[in-house]
Amino acid sequence: MAITLKGFALGVATAAVAGTIALSGMTDRALAAGEAEHPPELDWSWTGPFGTFDRASAQRGLQVYSQVCASCHGLGQLYYRDLTGLGYTEDQVAEFAAQYQVEDGPNDQGEMYMRPAEPSDHFVEPFPNEAAARAANGGAHPPDLSLIIKNRAHGFGSIGENFLAMLQVRGYSSGADYVHGLLAEGYVDPPEDVNLLPGQYYNKFMGSGAIGMPPPLYPDGVEYEDGTEATVDQQARDVSTFLAWAAEPRLEARKQTGVKVLIFLAIFTGILIAVKRRTWASVKH
Amino acid sequence: MSSHSAPSFKNPVVRWVDSRLPVFSYMHAEYGTFPMPKNLNYFWNFGALAMVVLITMILTGIMLAMQYTAHTEHAFDSVERIMRDVNFGWLLRYIHMNGASMFFIVVYVHIFRGYYYGSYKQPRELLWILGVVILVLMMGTAFMGYVLPWGQMSFWGATVITNLFSAIPLVGENIVTWLWGGFSVDNPTLNRFFALHYLFPFLILGVVILHVVALHVTKSNNPDGIDVRGPQDTVPFHPYFTAKDSVGLGVFLLIFAFFVFFAPNYMGHPDNYIEANPLVTPAHIVPEWYFLPFYAILRSFTDDWWFFSWFLSWLMTAKLAGVLAMFGSLIVLAVLPWLDTSKVRSNRYRPIHKWLVIAVLIDFVILGWVGGKPAEEPYVSIAQWSTLFYFFAFIVLTPIIGWIERPRPLPASISEPVLKGGATTAKMEKS
Amino acid sequence: MADATQSSGGDEEKTGRRDFLNYLAIATGAVGAGAFLWPVIDSMNPARDVLALASTEVDLSPVEVGQAITITWRGKPVFIRHRTEEEIEAARSVDIASLPDPQADEERVQQAPWLVMVGVCTHLGCVPLGQKQGEPKGDFGGWFCPCHGSHYDTSGRIRKGPAPENLHVPGYEFTSDTSVLIG
Repeated sequence: MAITLKGFALGVATAAVAGTIALSGMTDRALAAGEAEHPPELDWSWTGPFGTFDRASAQRGLQVYSQVCASCHGLGQLYYRDLTGLGYTEDQVAEFAAQYQVEDGPNDQGEMYMRPAEPSDHFVEPFPNEAAARAANGGAHPPDLSLIIKNRAHGFGSIGENFLAMLQVRGYSSGADYVHGLLAEGYVDPPEDVNLLPGQYYNKFMGSGAIGMPPPLYPDGVEYEDGTEATVDQQARDVSTFLAWAAEPRLEARKQTGVKVLIFLAIFTGILIAVKRRTWASVKH
Repeated sequence: MSSHSAPSFKNPVVRWVDSRLPVFSYMHAEYGTFPMPKNLNYFWNFGALAMVVLITMILTGIMLAMQYTAHTEHAFDSVERIMRDVNFGWLLRYIHMNGASMFFIVVYVHIFRGYYYGSYKQPRELLWILGVVILVLMMGTAFMGYVLPWGQMSFWGATVITNLFSAIPLVGENIVTWLWGGFSVDNPTLNRFFALHYLFPFLILGVVILHVVALHVTKSNNPDGIDVRGPQDTVPFHPYFTAKDSVGLGVFLLIFAFFVFFAPNYMGHPDNYIEANPLVTPAHIVPEWYFLPFYAILRSFTDDWWFFSWFLSWLMTAKLAGVLAMFGSLIVLAVLPWLDTSKVRSNRYRPIHKWLVIAVLIDFVILGWVGGKPAEEPYVSIAQWSTLFYFFAFIVLTPIIGWIERPRPLPASISEPVLKGGATTAKMEKS
Repeated sequence: MADATQSSGGDEEKTGRRDFLNYLAIATGAVGAGAFLWPVIDSMNPARDVLALASTEVDLSPVEVGQAITITWRGKPVFIRHRTEEEIEAARSVDIASLPDPQADEERVQQAPWLVMVGVCTHLGCVPLGQKQGEPKGDFGGWFCPCHGSHYDTSGRIRKGPAPENLHVPGYEFTSDTSVLIG
């Protein structure tokens, strides 16, 4: 009897903890994207317990960002030096950075001056401040893209699906799905009942449907250095991979450390269970 | 008591120190030979687990504080710098961030264990109340800690929760302005929250020490809820419970590590990766998951709720009623030892009350679920009925069940059931 | 913990296997705790952004002969002096063996006119005087530390006073005739 009661009580507690964890993960992220359609779910190289960023795709994504997005969107958390993490050499990074001009100073005359960017500089911002960004974009503020994949991540619908996604180590893949969907498939003809203001476009993956950004990607809008065919879908995938890396450059270190830690803890726990059984073997309870 | 016999230490340095400051004797008495009921199950791991999490939080928190900048202009970027540039900064931050959730999971299970097995009853009332104090301090600490990354949820969570105090009649607005140090949540608020977030864990540690001292006076309750009759009912803390707690710790660390390394943002909200913007409120403001049941109680009180308009609207605003109910839900917990009129501790021997405990648990989970939903039907009605049940269960059902219930016969002692049918049980467990 | 483990051995039947398991558990736990401690300690080492700023490029063209400039490198002052012929001569005519920290001037400079040094006294970390016109340069025409009276010569070598070593020379290279990269 004692065993069944104990089992029952433990069962209730386990269910409560599992329920709490499941509930905790669904704090209405499904609603973060409003009532808009959910973009298609893609397989991203960096999901799963052993996931790593597809370097070739991310490098192409950097090209898309630099040639298309960067004219309006900042990448304020990134330094040029971070690009070594995408597989570039330090010389390549220095060369890339030197294309951009940053303000420095004051010099001996007390004046600010422009100089070529160095690897230790942040990515250059397209606008000096938010007001300037709004003025140049019809009142809309193009968001910084450093964390866009993380802050646009949303739930997968039901509690169960969220829980499963967690066990599959999907991370913030839904954020990349969103960015990819928005760029590659979101721009469609508006439904009849949608009224758009002048300068607005319709995107079915935006919460309200209205978006200030004109469709940014065109077939062969960039010419990939590695010869990959630059379809709109390819560009959207590449830039999403690049931005996923930009959102958390330490993701690979995290997962690789995690595998080792879990193996260690599993062995350690096994030893502790053996110690506990030995210790308690002679006790009647 | 025989178990408290002073040990003789072989090491002369230990002997020298111990005769002047008896830390070794103390450790030996409180964690070596300390008598523990031998029938404790794995639920009794959670107090030790909570201690481990508290120390982990303090350690990682101090390291993070060395890198963090408590200024509205720099807070968000300084956290991202920790995530990107500081050596292992991502690890410390994710441990700290998920550690908060783990702390609440562990503490909620710990509270439920005390509730189910009657650990709040005579003579452990004060021990229980100290536990409720720890819970309140934890909630304050977690709330202020969540503001520090200065994301959108940080800012709007801080705004909404501090505005609760404006419900207090007459001085409410003044209190809110005082809390903010200004006319909105801004740099002075962030600064003081950082200072207090650093202070509170040490207050928690202090109350935890009192909690442990009180525990070592009354000694542990057990799943049968009956008093220890003699040495045959107990085993020494070491090696039996050091071994058993370690097993729980290993399993717990596996779960903790899974979240830190493979789902670090699962229990957080994506909007907090957007820097705070005082001009734009996110579409759906949700507190961290561990506050959701209390948030649901707070939101239940609306002007058009029949319960409010029948019983409370003549006395106070719905806003104040919600705030009082939220704090009341914790006060009810603190006075539970006197609401429960039964002499029997463990719900193993309480056929009716057992179902109430389970119903309250389910109610609490439902409150958590609707707390995360938007304030619209059917969630509002579910939250209101669940709130009513929460208070009805504690204030009305608990004392009544205590009076009318016929408990099942209690075993004569902890070792009795073992002596009778124990041989087979022990064999089964071994195989 | 270890102390308590020993005392437990006597209570129960002592088997070699159980002792081995206990030690294995303690050893594994110690390894785990150590592995956790390293990230905690390492987080206090210089972060990536700090390391990235560890080099500074300086334009030397405005510095006339006889002048000195002070720039910041890794949060510390770096002295760059455009030495006169007399100062170079003074630095090179000393009997090296007589110095507290023997070092030839040639070892301390890459180009004779340009002396590049970290401007931190090797005694207890004050910044010596002697960079600006009118500041005391000490008994040897170089620098003088006001904190405890160390005198440095025109090669930045300690000549008198409590400092144990010459002023340190950072790693640097001339990227052109008029600019130098420090770090």
